Amino acid sequence: MNLPESRSTADPAPPQTGKIAKHHLEEWRGKAYVYLCVLLLVVIIFSIVVFIASRGLTPFISQGVSIKEMLFGLKWAPEDDTPVFGALPFLVGSFSTSLIAALIAAPLGICASIFMTEIMPKTGKSVLQPAIELLAGIPSVVYGFVGLSVIVPFLRHTFPGQGVGIMAGAIVLSVMILPTITSIATDALRSLPAGLKEGSYALGATRWQTIARIILPTTMPALLTGVVLGIARAFGEALAVQMVIGNAPHIPHSLFESATTLTSIITLSMGNTTTGSLHNNALWSLALILLIMTFLFVFIVRLLERRVKRS
Amino acid sequence: MSTVATQHAFYSKDLSVYYGDKQAVKKISMDFPDRQVVALIGPSGCGKSTFLRSLNRMNDLIPGARIEGEVWINDQNICDPRTDVVRLRQKIGMVWQRPNPFHKSIYENIAFGARYHGIKDRKALDGIVEEALRKTALWDEVKDRLNQSALALSGGQQQRLCIARSVAVRPSILLMDEPASALDPVSTAKIEELIAELKKEYSIVIVTHNMHQAARVSDRTAFFFLGDLVEYDDTRTIFTNPSRKSTDDYISGRFG
Repeated sequence: MNLPESRSTADPAPPQTGKIAKHHLEEWRGKAYVYLCVLLLVVIIFSIVVFIASRGLTPFISQGVSIKEMLFGLKWAPEDDTPVFGALPFLVGSFSTSLIAALIAAPLGICASIFMTEIMPKTGKSVLQPAIELLAGIPSVVYGFVGLSVIVPFLRHTFPGQGVGIMAGAIVLSVMILPTITSIATDALRSLPAGLKEGSYALGATRWQTIARIILPTTMPALLTGVVLGIARAFGEALAVQMVIGNAPHIPHSLFESATTLTSIITLSMGNTTTGSLHNNALWSLALILLIMTFLFVFIVRLLERRVKRS
Repeated sequence: MSTVATQHAFYSKDLSVYYGDKQAVKKISMDFPDRQVVALIGPSGCGKSTFLRSLNRMNDLIPGARIEGEVWINDQNICDPRTDVVRLRQKIGMVWQRPNPFHKSIYENIAFGARYHGIKDRKALDGIVEEALRKTALWDEVKDRLNQSALALSGGQQQRLCIARSVAVRPSILLMDEPASALDPVSTAKIEELIAELKKEYSIVIVTHNMHQAARVSDRTAFFFLGDLVEYDDTRTIFTNPSRKSTDDYISGRFG
């Protein structure tokens, strides 16, 4: 870059002929590095989606399985002479475990974060918050093991049935998603403008009235974001649920009867299939359903975030 | 008590407020005349806002804050720990520097306090809302959109809404912490008009950094400096013939 024009007198920097100024070079290097990383990330995400979609769509496009059969069929018999692929039991299992888990975890998590922000901020911050964050660090196999050794026997003794099933899965999942819900709810409650609380107290409200009528309604979209992210996490969890749900590919009659989920059927069957076979591709279809569900959850979270910003 | 002319509405006796070890307000004794406006002026950090906030025990919400001394309202010492602060705050409304409407409709913002205190009848609530909005000269501006979000109002309207919200719980005293300092001149003028109107019914204490505002709206003015009450007198006396040199220096802009 040996340009005589660059030695303009208006340039405040000392003229450096034949070289690009050091700070320009640094700037350029930083930019190139960041752009490269972003590009790589986009390529990775894009290829994962394309890969799952191409495998997952094959059964519908060239192997004669109908989408309707997959979504609403009750029977999953991939190795039969005339194989059938009805994934409804898995869908039911996945949705029911995740939703029940959220129903259990949401009140617990939101109450914990109210305690940490409004009632005893000091104890909350030094004791409760680390304890709940610890839950996020426990490996899922440990959760499954605890569930299998504690929750399943308990359910077996308390309710009719074998103990394994949707309820056992939901209980294990509820503990696993508790940190997600709690930490998002805590952030939301902490970022509440201080004036709102004071305004409520100054009108003669009690603490409970302030929490119930000001704090919770105002932060509701953010609290729901936490719950949806919790559901998304529960929906994708495979191992822990698989250990306690019983893995029977049918729609159970009760919450205490063996069932299965999308994720556990994939992990259980993938070792027994060969790449390119109809059975293998059908598992990819289940993976595609999981991916679409994740997109849906992300979309819901986005909608909720927009509501948070508006208010 | 309000039947006796120029009675005081309430008074403080040796009121001190501490934040941890730091004494922010030093043994202040002041009496507040009934249905008059008292302005608290002084440089930032002089303790005037802290003093104001201790008059309805809002300092209770600040961890580490501690009150000593007495504030007497209707033969009741509100600094007594046994005081029911919920009852107390119904009697003493408060308005802040930044308008803080709840994220609800205009109607719900006003009806809020009344609902807290157990009024459920729709007609009664309607009446309370209209009365409060009329008193704060907002009624004509918002009567057609009571169900719209209060956040859609302008800053000045939001502030008057917050005043209306306080008025709706029927207090006898209003505390205002720089109620117009975040507003434009037109909105400020409206707030000042409103204060002049409201003092017919309420005893008002206002903290302000604006000397002209203190001179315009208040009957009596108190000058605070470093947690001490330096001078407290009729507003006219304070602004024309203060007895302390530091008061004179402050109001003429030589420091602060």
